[in-house]
Amino acid sequence: MSGLVFLIPVALLMGFAGLAAFLWSVRSGQFDDPDGAAHRILISPDEPLPERKPVRD
Amino acid sequence: MSEAVLDPAGCPSGLAPPSAAETSDPSAFVRKLGRQSRLSLTVRGAKCGGCLSRIEGAVSTLPGVESARLNLSNGRLDVAWSGSLEARWIVDAVSGLGYGVAPLDTAADDDAHKKEERSLLLAMGVAGFATANIMLLSVSVWGGHGEMGEATRQGLHALSGVIALPTLIYSGRPFFQSAWNVLKKKRTNMDVPISLALILAFSVSVSETIRGGPHAYFDAACMLLFFLLIGRFLDARVRRRAWSAARDLAALGSRTVTRLGADGRPQSVRSEDIRPGDQILLAPGERAVVDMMVEGGESEVDESLVTGESLPRWTGAGMKLMAGSINLSQPLTGRATAAAADSLLAEISQMLSAGEQKRSTYRQIADKAVSLYVPIVHSTALLTFLGWWLIGDIGLRDSILIAVATLIITCPCALALAAPVVQVVAAGRLFKGGAYLKSGDALERLAACDHIIFDKTGTLTLGTPRLVSGTDVATLSEAAQLARASRHPLSRALTVAAGPGALAKDVKEYPGLGLEGEVNGVSCRLGSAEWTGAQASGHTGATLFFVRGDAPPVEFRFEDDIQEDAGQTVAALTRMGLTMEIVSGDRPEAVGEVARKLDIRCWTASASPQDKVRRLEELQGQGRKVLMIGDGLNDAGALALAHASAAPGGALDVSQSASDAVYSGGLAPLPRLMKTARLAKTVMVQNFAFAAIYNVIAVPIAILGHATPLVAAIAMSGSSLIVCVNALRINLTREKQA
Repeated sequence: MSGLVFLIPVALLMGFAGLAAFLWSVRSGQFDDPDGAAHRILISPDEPLPERKPVRD
Repeated sequence: MSEAVLDPAGCPSGLAPPSAAETSDPSAFVRKLGRQSRLSLTVRGAKCGGCLSRIEGAVSTLPGVESARLNLSNGRLDVAWSGSLEARWIVDAVSGLGYGVAPLDTAADDDAHKKEERSLLLAMGVAGFATANIMLLSVSVWGGHGEMGEATRQGLHALSGVIALPTLIYSGRPFFQSAWNVLKKKRTNMDVPISLALILAFSVSVSETIRGGPHAYFDAACMLLFFLLIGRFLDARVRRRAWSAARDLAALGSRTVTRLGADGRPQSVRSEDIRPGDQILLAPGERAVVDMMVEGGESEVDESLVTGESLPRWTGAGMKLMAGSINLSQPLTGRATAAAADSLLAEISQMLSAGEQKRSTYRQIADKAVSLYVPIVHSTALLTFLGWWLIGDIGLRDSILIAVATLIITCPCALALAAPVVQVVAAGRLFKGGAYLKSGDALERLAACDHIIFDKTGTLTLGTPRLVSGTDVATLSEAAQLARASRHPLSRALTVAAGPGALAKDVKEYPGLGLEGEVNGVSCRLGSAEWTGAQASGHTGATLFFVRGDAPPVEFRFEDDIQEDAGQTVAALTRMGLTMEIVSGDRPEAVGEVARKLDIRCWTASASPQDKVRRLEELQGQGRKVLMIGDGLNDAGALALAHASAAPGGALDVSQSASDAVYSGGLAPLPRLMKTARLAKTVMVQNFAFAAIYNVIAVPIAILGHATPLVAAIAMSGSSLIVCVNALRINLTREKQA
């Protein structure tokens, strides 16, 4: 039973860490544009392809 | 479709149609912050990641732009730049890609809804955290039943209480505030029993913990909060979507106007600053924002959005021009006859808000359920308490405990989730099918409709004329050389039929008559019958005549094509038991033709916006529930007044704002919209029925005193889950192919 003395605080701390991360993400506007965020990850910057050396076989 | 492959205008996924480029100088909306300039724009038609990268990419390559960020959820584009970049280049860059764009007045842009949604999300997160942690402790209490020492149990209960108290205060605020507000007015709503149950459950648990009793309801209180907040949050989201559509309407009003100063110099000002008597310049392609009297210049004006008339009208000095008309060929100058707030556009906005007020008296199923629910639950809990205390003879403390358990178990988790989850799921399904909903109760209202009124131009028809007469290729290509110089819809249709090619020399446009120019060294004319000296033919649609030198005139016939899938859609809707009619502002011949082709018996032509509203009121007076479908400014009043309404994606902003649903990709989404709405309503009713059955089973258990915290937890989460799963069923039902 003495394990509870530190197991419960550990559990609560982990919960708090999750909650803090959630609060931070809401406040920093990460939930303001769920549709855009879903698409933004798929956008790659449009740059010219690096030149490739001709492959010889 | 070959052009769409090369350079698709508008959303590349095809979720939204491209918008016509319209010119409006946004420089009056630029905000200065030090040496940085900022501008917020509302972008219409951006629906996918492709839009996001195209728009942001195009704007960020402009010289001096420091940041450009588009919010895809609400269509807001924020641009910050330094240097001498002109604001209208930004607008041109976006509209050049085929998106509708309007400057956003951030002063009027009240973020109250966003704040509400965010605070609900935070409250939901906190409640979720507390529920998970308290449940962790509660499960060990339930699991250790009989073996756990009293001191340990008391300690775990106390710890739960310590977590529950701040949660209750923080996450419970939305409910407590709302309950307090209605109680002050001596009324009641769903939040009253919720608040009562929360506070009672918490206080009873505190006293039980202090006494060292076996049962504490901290977990139930937090779980209750969590589920209720999910429902509240989803509801707030649906409402915010509707609100952002209303904001777009405001953006439409905040256009700019080119005013000519006393010295004749043009100056861009906000439309609100225009006073009657101001001199205004209306460039070709520009839309009039205020009603005006034309003084100088001759042009043709597209009034299709104001009157529904599909052909442009000649306009010259001394003629009145209504707000919402688009100038097609030559610059016009004139004097404003009314301020923007008194113009036709504003008048229609007033018709909109009047219609919306009427509509807001509609009571959702959820509201009806709640009005029944509150008194029943309160009297049941009170009777339980009195029954056990006076007759059951188990003492005051146990009687209170059982009554509180009853309150908790009957608390409306399933009821709070029943409607919002269905709305979110149905809206998501419709969005994939090319339609999106603008208000939460739209589904219920759509489902109830039994009669449809269609507008013609742009709704049943494509809204753009198409060349139908078979003329030889040589004549066509010669006529097209003249037509390429004009913005007139018929000229454009001719150009489309002829494809790319050369432009004639010295083309002059005579508004109301036609074009004149030199093709291969011969003077040619393209235009009306009188312009070319031809005999008017019997064609019901629009015609153009082409004369080459002294040769006899050649006739080009045009028709406004019916949408490809209109026939199937009408048939599908008829099968669903709906009756239909057409009410249009266009000429009787044109309307009759469409009605005959689509086999719609009842039609009205030359209807003014007021006529449309009157017809609607007449039908509603007969007890019909009317679904109005239209795209023009002349439909907006009717759209707002109808029991439910839908507008095509190409419709004017104001019409889209006025309707409950916006669809794109032809008429095909309409039967799907109706089917989904009816299915959603069925599922909602099922959900409410389930919530009622749940109470019928759970309440006797609670009244008899068997509702321990474990039973309450299982019952509450179980019923909420079933309601959600039932809502997801909407996604599973497959569309029957007609």
